[in-house]
Amino acid sequence: MTQHTPNRSWTLLFLGILAIALFCLDIMLGSVAIPFKEVFRIVTTGESENRAWLFIIEKIRLPKSITAILAGCGLSVSGLQMQTLFRNPLAGPSELGITAGAGLGVAAVMLAGGGSASMYAISQLGISGSWLIIGMASLGSAGVLALILLIAGRIRDNVILLIVGVMIGTITLSIISIWQYFSQPEQLQEYIMWTFGSLGGVTGYHLYVLSGVVAGGLLLAFASSKSLNALLLGENYARSMGLTVGRTRLLIMLSTSLLTGSVTAFCGPIGFVGIAIPHITRSLLGTSNHRVLIPATCLTGTVLLLLCDIIAQLPGSQTVIPINVVTSLLGAPVVIWIIVRRNNLRSSFS
Amino acid sequence: MKNQKAIVETRSLAIGYRSSGIERTVAANLDLQLRPGSLVCLLGSNGAGKSTLMRTLSGLQPALTGDITIDGSPLHTLKPAELAQKLSLVLTDRVDAGNLTAREVVALGRTPYTGWLGTLTKADHFQIAQSIEQTGITTLLDRHMHQLSDGERQKVMLARALSQDTPLILLDEPTAHLDLPNRVEMMRLLHTLARDTYKAILLSTHELDLALQTADELWLMHPDGKILAGLPEDLVLSGAFEATFARNGFSFDRTTGTFIIHQPVENAQVYIEGAEKPLFWAKRALQREGLGVSTYRDAPCLIRVFEVENGFESEIIYQDRRVKVSSVQALIEQMHLLFPSHTRSGMAS
Repeated sequence: MTQHTPNRSWTLLFLGILAIALFCLDIMLGSVAIPFKEVFRIVTTGESENRAWLFIIEKIRLPKSITAILAGCGLSVSGLQMQTLFRNPLAGPSELGITAGAGLGVAAVMLAGGGSASMYAISQLGISGSWLIIGMASLGSAGVLALILLIAGRIRDNVILLIVGVMIGTITLSIISIWQYFSQPEQLQEYIMWTFGSLGGVTGYHLYVLSGVVAGGLLLAFASSKSLNALLLGENYARSMGLTVGRTRLLIMLSTSLLTGSVTAFCGPIGFVGIAIPHITRSLLGTSNHRVLIPATCLTGTVLLLLCDIIAQLPGSQTVIPINVVTSLLGAPVVIWIIVRRNNLRSSFS
Repeated sequence: MKNQKAIVETRSLAIGYRSSGIERTVAANLDLQLRPGSLVCLLGSNGAGKSTLMRTLSGLQPALTGDITIDGSPLHTLKPAELAQKLSLVLTDRVDAGNLTAREVVALGRTPYTGWLGTLTKADHFQIAQSIEQTGITTLLDRHMHQLSDGERQKVMLARALSQDTPLILLDEPTAHLDLPNRVEMMRLLHTLARDTYKAILLSTHELDLALQTADELWLMHPDGKILAGLPEDLVLSGAFEATFARNGFSFDRTTGTFIIHQPVENAQVYIEGAEKPLFWAKRALQREGLGVSTYRDAPCLIRVFEVENGFESEIIYQDRRVKVSSVQALIEQMHLLFPSHTRSGMAS
């Protein structure tokens, strides 16, 4: 529906190259120094004389980078869909409590399942365990999302809806806190480690499951791009253009819950990616057309999460800081910048 | 034109709201017809139920009883996608799609015709180009919606409705947020569109004056839930127009088709005559000041007005005095000197 201005194509190309470069950089950097040549050989041929290096690249760094890409795409597209669905520039998975809902699902598995259901135990359970935790997290997200949609039908004011979202998030977190209070210390430790967020915990089966679910969610989102465009004009206009609003809403909710739920289940609550990336992408490309925005948001999300992952490893040091801290440090200023630059957030989407 | 098959037909339609089993009827027994190529204005006071009727006709709200037929098929049997090819809307809803360009918004009108990804075909592009030309928004296309003025945005939304290519367009108060020149332009545009594209256009409005001038037909909505349909001129002459907007404090002048804010004054002392243009404005000023204008030439005071180039000249003849003035303000001041009791305070007593 839009002519791709040369400017826009260049931006997309640049983002693509940047994403590939950062992906390579992310694999190369880490607490163990591995020569570039060896990294390249391992990635392309899967062989190396140094078995430790082979293990580090194949079992740790590659899965972690892929997880970063999945989380970046999943969270940012989920945020993009929510911003359009709620017609609210400040909507996002963590802002409206959707992540907290996923957290409740995870807590239900980890804390209520007794000592045997710790993250370690779940990873031992293999594929069925990952489905359980993804299922519960997605269910938690969908529950909160449905509740907020119900309230959004009555409240037209963006800022008030946001406050309601924050409150629902707080309630959800309080329920988790009560749960934590009555839990065993070992379970608590597991859960608290999870809340810091980590891209490193997804390996083997889990990675396949996560990839599958995120890919499914993204496909659903892309399939809804025509409906999302129509929704930009508001629900009444969308309906007048032949959209079945109820069904569309359900599809968007399904996609958003799957994306947020699965990523949050495996990587912990990663903040600010969902709200910041769609805005960055929109201002980079100067469009609200979802057919362009969804793929572009994936690219920007990939770039930003890989960057955050590189920063989190503190290159040259032996320590790794939690990913959630990095995304918040990087994302929160972006949100403030958006609010300051466009002080008419109530009315505009850009 | 009268023999044309109607695009929209309602039979004993009742509209209103139904909540928790309680019905609140806004209007009932409506038998209305909308013909292709005609511009119909729906008029009524605030709260008369214009929006309810518009919402019901556009399928956003169910009818209480009765039938609505659109282009031959009953409204309630049409699927959303089918209905979208029969009627398009321009609503009062604010469009927040700040980052969409005007071109993209117009293109959205093709939504009912495109595939699941919304890819535009040659035919779609042709329809879009035509809608852009008909509404004259070529210069706005690459601007973002938030950069447009209210009038420009409204035209873009109209172009979007046109690109939806429906035989019927409903507009809910399309002139509501516009200034006078934009209101006039919008109404003229709609009038031309109805003629040129042979669409049926129904709009609700508070612009009585503009509606009287441009509408092919008026639907007058009474607060008691009746709708009178007819030619604007017939409705004025039959007094139906007046009755719809009857209020204490002002009356309708059937001769000029305008509402008179100032009440007539009893035993007026002044008769005024002269050239048409200065006569109209001088009369208006006198009425505002509470100096009634008599219809008899033998009133004690006679005012003659003359049209001079870019100005006004007048002569006041009262008893044996003759005063010449060269502005309406001077005329009013002289009149207050002559008739001190007929000032604004005098009128109140």
